[in-house]
Amino acid sequence: MPGLKEGAVSVAKKTYDWIERRVQLEGPIKSAAMHPVPRNTASWWYVFGSAAMTLLMLQVVTGILLALVYVPSAGQAWSSLNLLNHNLALGWFLRAMHGWGSNFMVAIVVIHMVQVFLFGAYKYPRELTWTLGVFMLLMTLGMAFTGQVLRFDQDAYWGLGIGASISSRIPVIGHWVVHLLLGGPIIGGATLTRFFALHVFVIPGILLAFTGLHVWLVLTLGINEYPKPGYIVRPGTYEKDYEELTHKDGIPFVPDALWKDLFFSAAIIAAVAICAFAFGPFGPTGQPDPTIIQTAPKPDYFFLWIYAVLSYLPESLETPFLLVAPVIGIAVLLALPYVAGKGEKSWYRRPVAVLVVVTLAVMWGTFTHLATFTPWSPIMTAWSADTLPAQMVHAQTPLERQGAIVFQGKQCRNCHSVAGTGGMRGPALDGVATRMTEDQLIRQVIQGGGNMPAYGKNLSPPQVTALVSFLETLRKPGQQPARDSAHPFEAGQRPQGAEGKQSAF
Amino acid sequence: MSEGKPVTRRSMLMYIGIAMNAVVGLAVAVPVVGYLLGPIKRKGAYHRWITLGPISNFPAGQTRLAEFVNPFKTPQDGETANTPCWVRHIGGGKFQVFAINCAHLNCPVRWFPQSELFMCPCHGGVYYADGSRASGPPPRGLFEYKYKVIDNELHIDAGQMPTLANEAKLVNITPCGGGDTPCQG
Repeated sequence: MPGLKEGAVSVAKKTYDWIERRVQLEGPIKSAAMHPVPRNTASWWYVFGSAAMTLLMLQVVTGILLALVYVPSAGQAWSSLNLLNHNLALGWFLRAMHGWGSNFMVAIVVIHMVQVFLFGAYKYPRELTWTLGVFMLLMTLGMAFTGQVLRFDQDAYWGLGIGASISSRIPVIGHWVVHLLLGGPIIGGATLTRFFALHVFVIPGILLAFTGLHVWLVLTLGINEYPKPGYIVRPGTYEKDYEELTHKDGIPFVPDALWKDLFFSAAIIAAVAICAFAFGPFGPTGQPDPTIIQTAPKPDYFFLWIYAVLSYLPESLETPFLLVAPVIGIAVLLALPYVAGKGEKSWYRRPVAVLVVVTLAVMWGTFTHLATFTPWSPIMTAWSADTLPAQMVHAQTPLERQGAIVFQGKQCRNCHSVAGTGGMRGPALDGVATRMTEDQLIRQVIQGGGNMPAYGKNLSPPQVTALVSFLETLRKPGQQPARDSAHPFEAGQRPQGAEGKQSAF
Repeated sequence: MSEGKPVTRRSMLMYIGIAMNAVVGLAVAVPVVGYLLGPIKRKGAYHRWITLGPISNFPAGQTRLAEFVNPFKTPQDGETANTPCWVRHIGGGKFQVFAINCAHLNCPVRWFPQSELFMCPCHGGVYYADGSRASGPPPRGLFEYKYKVIDNELHIDAGQMPTLANEAKLVNITPCGGGDTPCQG
């Protein structure tokens, strides 16, 4: 047996030597692997870049496997996704891995960027590494959006509509851009195939090339040292300092620093697989038939914040924001290392940097949270699905009950909640009687305003009277109704004469 | 090149080779730009009159959902070429045909006959029965198709997805007394 083992080893060695004599890659690989890195960079903070690359590889592999079955045709994409989900062994799992892998990749890329920003790693001489990274972030987001389009369901269809609508706001050339984006006059077959080409060939090709260059720069310039408060980066002295740090107190990248990257990458892939197994694939939701209008399209998790921002922007700011803000944002990211490329690296001495990160994180979190329950959208089914609690109409007069029927039947509930259910587009109406007088209620219902439609045309005077008398019951027992400050006593005491005046209005 | 590096015959041939590739590359690539820009057509190219069926399908005083197949459908379009629209028969042979797409960001608006409002599920745009903007973020009223009645059939001028950039008719709301609220009643 030992003879057999030795024989096998020697055959393997001979084969290796034969290949190595021809490709001669051992030297460059060894020097790349064994290059010394500063001792303190063997840190858990430095694992996100390699994890992002591992996720990219996962996306390439799962993407190719999905492409074996997926049909990029507007007529058949949706059914091929369902075939993957339901009829092919582990098809659902691969879709889930690819979908969760994409969410994890966006998250890890953003975390990597925040870490690089806070550690000052973008400063001299690593400006170009950062610049490439900004483009790689944009391509990662581009992959996330185009991937969401390839999951050709209702959300994808209407998401494309939103994209086309945003493009149409570009001055002068807007209508060309829309047709270029859609590949024709409507969202259809030509739209899906061009997003397929982008998602499968164009963006991944450039992303892989940029990844190679990004890693090459990291190897050439060395990994950023762990920042020390008080150390000032200066172009004249930095190289010498770094050389000293790596050669006096450095450790070889393999294995002293690599093991943490390996552990983290394995943990991330395991996390993707566990999420994929436990939560399954994303969609597809309803079929992409535009005549099915009973739909409330929503973007994927990482674009939810945009969805929220778009509903809160005042109309006058909308087009400038949509068209100008992305340009400014990208310009700021690209300009960063060329504007702030020297000086302190440590976050202990860069309070503005820390504040920027915290502010952006809080804003992102707030908008994303809001977009999970969309308080700005009318709830289309509230008027027929959410009934008024019985105790609210229990002791009412016939007129007030008639008003409650008008309240439900005219879809007021789609925008206004009562007793905790209903839309949140308008204010909740519990206690509205303590805020508005009868006159004010009538005017608000008839004329609308303050973002409420006017109902004057489609409510008859008796309906308005009934509705307002119902709204006037919406206060807690013991709370005083709102009074007209011009006639405090009349409104407070509600004498007959005052009511006569109001109906004349 | 003037300093010491003489142009040899071979380096000259190399430059000519580069130039030849540049010329051939340009000659091939420029027409291909036309292929890429193919979907861009002159204004009005994506328009065709198509029928929504007999006007008896649309009773006077009502707003109903109608469907048509986009006249520029390709075999790859599948069900995406089916297009919904809202038909409002005002009465006396007068119609309004609204695109399904909200003027804000193109989501599908729904008609609520009880409150006579169109509501959008995405960002809460609301429109009155005549398509004018009632509330929410839309910058204008609903997009409207041109229509004509031929042989008791309702025809509309359709073909492309309406957006703010193409010439769908603008529905204006006249504010009364300078306020934001339209005159009602």
